Amino acid sequence: MAESASLWSILALPLVLGAFAVGAATVDARLGPGSVPGPGREVLRLLVQQRRVTNAADQLLLRLGVTLLPVAAVLAAVVVPFGFTALSDLPDGIVWFNAMEALAWAAVWLAGWGPNSALSMIGGYRFLAQGLAYEIPHMLAITTAALGAESLRVGAVVDAQSGLWFAVWMPVAFVIYLASALAMAFWGPFDQPVGSDVAGGAAAELSGVDRILFLGGRWLLLTVAAAAAVPLFLGGGHGPLLPGWAWTLIKTAAVLALLLWVRRRLPVLRMDRYMEVAWVALTPLAIVQALVVALVVLGR
Amino acid sequence: MLSDGAFYVLSVLAVASGGLVFVFDSMARATFSLLTSLLCVAGVVILLGLDYLGIVIVLMMTIEMAIMAVFMIMYMMNPAGLMPMTMVHNAKGAGLICGVLFALLVAGIFLAPWPAIKGRPPEDVTMDLGLSLMGPQMLTMMTLGMALFATIVSSVVLATRRGRYDRLGDDLDAEAADDPVRGGVGR
Repeated sequence: MAESASLWSILALPLVLGAFAVGAATVDARLGPGSVPGPGREVLRLLVQQRRVTNAADQLLLRLGVTLLPVAAVLAAVVVPFGFTALSDLPDGIVWFNAMEALAWAAVWLAGWGPNSALSMIGGYRFLAQGLAYEIPHMLAITTAALGAESLRVGAVVDAQSGLWFAVWMPVAFVIYLASALAMAFWGPFDQPVGSDVAGGAAAELSGVDRILFLGGRWLLLTVAAAAAVPLFLGGGHGPLLPGWAWTLIKTAAVLALLLWVRRRLPVLRMDRYMEVAWVALTPLAIVQALVVALVVLGR
Repeated sequence: MLSDGAFYVLSVLAVASGGLVFVFDSMARATFSLLTSLLCVAGVVILLGLDYLGIVIVLMMTIEMAIMAVFMIMYMMNPAGLMPMTMVHNAKGAGLICGVLFALLVAGIFLAPWPAIKGRPPEDVTMDLGLSLMGPQMLTMMTLGMALFATIVSSVVLATRRGRYDRLGDDLDAEAADDPVRGGVGR
């Protein structure tokens, strides 16, 4: 059973999440070709950079968008348990997680709209198209995990996996979740919203602190998506010998490593193509997976 | 005490950002002002103890407003909602109608004979609300849901410009579908 955490963990949550994101970004930079600057140097460079100002920009919406992205990522992490303790194990935690990631849709669109620049706006619009493509199979995948535990509480989903992990008997939902984790953070094969073919898309005009918040928020989002795969499909803190928190760390790091690897192995997908795959293939597959899980649950 | 304060703050924010929708001259700002208003309403619903409904309102409204922003900007006359534009038409008439309606609703709130609280609130408020709203009419609601869904599907089918005969030929025997955008599932 997940316990509720003490007050100081409100401060600890963004720090742990941030540390994980910086770690992943460092590893990714090391793997990169040539001399890609690590996150530390990049942040310092951006901090002293002069802010780029575009003509007739909507500053309010731009700031709102770039700030909302990391905030949404941290808020989504509130229900993700560290070991067996979540900051707040809401009775509807899975819906909360989904709602917070939906805020990222709004955030990316706002950041793309704000600078009054065509390429940025194309990036923002691309993310909405991507959201429409990935969200339905994604929702069905996380609903399947909730269905297996017969609860929307993330703690209950972890409890239900003290024996068999959900990833083992819901493989389709797990794979769809991993794909949508990449899409949610518009990263790797799904980075068209900030793609190089539109000169950086939604991030094209961002500079200085705005850019740190936006790209940092994207790393946080990727970390949260990887971290949420652990309680939803990989047994949460359950595991032999080691304590729960250690297993959470190991499993989250493993999922993040997989996502980093996928980025280097797969080309960027065109959204119209992925849209068709998502709606014609992934959605029916996810529904069949949910049906199988529902029948198993009914038969128990 | 704390929830009283939160209620007042959220209510004022909801009404204020709802009002701002008509003040802004940008389609994007108006849309996201409306979203702010709806998120505050979601907060009020959560304060009522209806966590699930509140969080679902956040989820649905965020996605809906994000998509609405695209459509609103796309379909606006005169360069596609990208330029400043007024959010009101027939300002005087609309103001009059809205003012009278608002006054009527507020009068209703104060004049309605609200029942006094009997016993304690139920353990699962969401469940009880669902049962009292839909309990005896579940069959009606399910039928209605299917009818609505069928309407959506059939209107899309009727509205689509390219049907299966355009894609697969008159005898539906083309080897590969002829689509304006190639790619996707196995092509």
